[in-house]
Amino acid sequence: MAQIFHRSTNFISRFSVFSYIFMWGFAILAVLWAARSPYMTRQNITREQPVQFSHKHHVGDDGIDCRYCHTSVETSAFPGIPPTKTCMNCHSVLFKNADYLEPVRESYRTGESIKWIKIHRLADFVYFDHSIHVNKGIGCSTCHGRVDEMPLVFQANTLLMQWCIDCHRNPEPYLRPMDQVYVMDWRPGPNQEELGKEFARERNLRTTAELTSCSTCHR
Amino acid sequence: MSAGQPPIDSPQISRLTPVLGPGHTFRSVTDKISSIVLTRPISYGWFVGFAITFGFTAMMTIAIAWLFTKGVGIWGIDIPVGWGFAIVNFVWWIGIGHAGTLISAILYLLNQKWRTSINRFAEAMTLFAVACAGIFPLIHTGRPWMAFYLFPYPATMGLWPQFRSPLIWDVFAVSTYGTVSLIFWFVGLIPDLATLRDRATTKAKQIIYGMLAMGWRGSVRHWHRYQSAYLLLAGLATPLVVSVHTVVSFDFAIAIVPGWHTTIFPPYFVAGAIYSGFAMVLSIAIPLRKAYGLEDYITMRHLDNMAKVMLATGEIVAYGYFFEFFMSQYSGDKFDMYLFRMLFHGPYAHFYYALILCNVLLPQLLWSYKIRHNVPILFLMSLVINIGMWLERFVIVVISLTRDFTPSAWGRYQATFWDWATLLGTIGFFIMLVFLFVRVLPAISITEMRELVAETSEAAAD
Repeated sequence: MAQIFHRSTNFISRFSVFSYIFMWGFAILAVLWAARSPYMTRQNITREQPVQFSHKHHVGDDGIDCRYCHTSVETSAFPGIPPTKTCMNCHSVLFKNADYLEPVRESYRTGESIKWIKIHRLADFVYFDHSIHVNKGIGCSTCHGRVDEMPLVFQANTLLMQWCIDCHRNPEPYLRPMDQVYVMDWRPGPNQEELGKEFARERNLRTTAELTSCSTCHR
Repeated sequence: MSAGQPPIDSPQISRLTPVLGPGHTFRSVTDKISSIVLTRPISYGWFVGFAITFGFTAMMTIAIAWLFTKGVGIWGIDIPVGWGFAIVNFVWWIGIGHAGTLISAILYLLNQKWRTSINRFAEAMTLFAVACAGIFPLIHTGRPWMAFYLFPYPATMGLWPQFRSPLIWDVFAVSTYGTVSLIFWFVGLIPDLATLRDRATTKAKQIIYGMLAMGWRGSVRHWHRYQSAYLLLAGLATPLVVSVHTVVSFDFAIAIVPGWHTTIFPPYFVAGAIYSGFAMVLSIAIPLRKAYGLEDYITMRHLDNMAKVMLATGEIVAYGYFFEFFMSQYSGDKFDMYLFRMLFHGPYAHFYYALILCNVLLPQLLWSYKIRHNVPILFLMSLVINIGMWLERFVIVVISLTRDFTPSAWGRYQATFWDWATLLGTIGFFIMLVFLFVRVLPAISITEMRELVAETSEAAAD
């Protein structure tokens, strides 16, 4: 009887057994990696805004406090996008004829809001409240990064649930003195471990079990 | 009376009765079994049977497609009965698979020669039953495309599955079971696939069987490794006979629902699984030996032995029913006691009575030698037991859930058309796979039958 398979089949069959395992391994790794990539999370991706607004200039150079524009951050879930009137407080005087501010003036004349593009988008099924984070001493830059160094704002973190829950499991390293919450360049000091514990106690932080309960964020 | 069946008044079939008909040689065994796959033309009966079961499979596909379109609301489930037919069918199917593992692993380790002619298709049946069972947990989740959440993988959510939940144990138990059964089955097939390769009539068959045979040449070294691998796999599969249905029973026993929260569940689920598994093996073996004239290989001794296993496991199950009842009364727990009133007098009482009839009363007929040797009645009995075991799962899942602790949480369950379409569809799918299996793979292990020929002729020479 003639041979059905050529001698090379021996090699091919062994090779395919190994490559099968490796291909599946790589395919799974690729999917896991893709789920964490900026393509999926939009981390580090800047987007054009309708007005050439620079946080770097306003926060970094001019030193305007976050709350000057995001007025409701301490009292509500949503930090607030400033109305055009807030811009015009200064820009009716400063750079009042600059071309690139024409969309702002137009908005002011017509009463049409400027359509800012939202950068930090959470899933619809997530309940997130800015005020509780700020009032317990989590600073802006912990989540939003160094906004004072961003000409165009981008998402500094992944906003994956993994990232949220890492902090909910152990918030102490991120707790700041209350007067440092809006400071962009705050860094934990050498005694952060004790300070964090103390802040957590003073501010009645919920237990980890409560902070990581499903319904804390998925209501 | 079918051909090859000894008359009722023949000498008692005993341990010494050969498990192979007389006058067989290596060649006759190989010819007979491989001809079903290689040379026999497709018979009219096979085609009709395949067409019907294919129709049922199509119905299952439609039922599942409609489910994915509309959601689980098309089923009869609601609160409080959130586990309807899907879980009933899952437990039923996964139980049916157990006979295959028992026959192939435990009977192998116990050196029971009569397993050789039934182990191949019993293992195939296990795989098909696990395939049918696997459908249900997937589709009963509201969002089946998220079913991968059940597996522990490094998720971007920073969470792992709830390892304290028996539902996640189920995922491991069933997927291990499926994998080990598949490997065991395939390893056992390798020498037979090589036989088919060598006897193949067309180039395409040569290549396909040749690839599946993985270069088997039948050298002594091959046989040596094959036998150690087979023995190791048998050892590996043995705990699965007990573990899988134990874990499935934990889905219920861990919960505090009246009628579920009992320690007797694991052993009695395992016994029930083997009970229904052997019933299913008989339901397949009897038509199969008739259709392909395999009475010399699947002899009356096999049918008799399987009937005895059914009888034994059936008694264990009956014991389970009795002690479930007794413990509920003895415990003095008013919810458990009330649940048993519901079994006997509630809206689903007829299911319970039918269950007792199918699983406890009718199988007592198997004590009789005449019944065990009457093939048509044995076949009917196997169907009755299959129905009875399905009813058992229905009684456990549905009745307990309809009567929770608070009367305000009580409810009723009524299966819809789609529930039945899915159940009947999986039965059709299962039988369709059996039809395909019989045509493309040797339904009886040629290798082990040859070993049997050798041993029988040696015994005769002595």
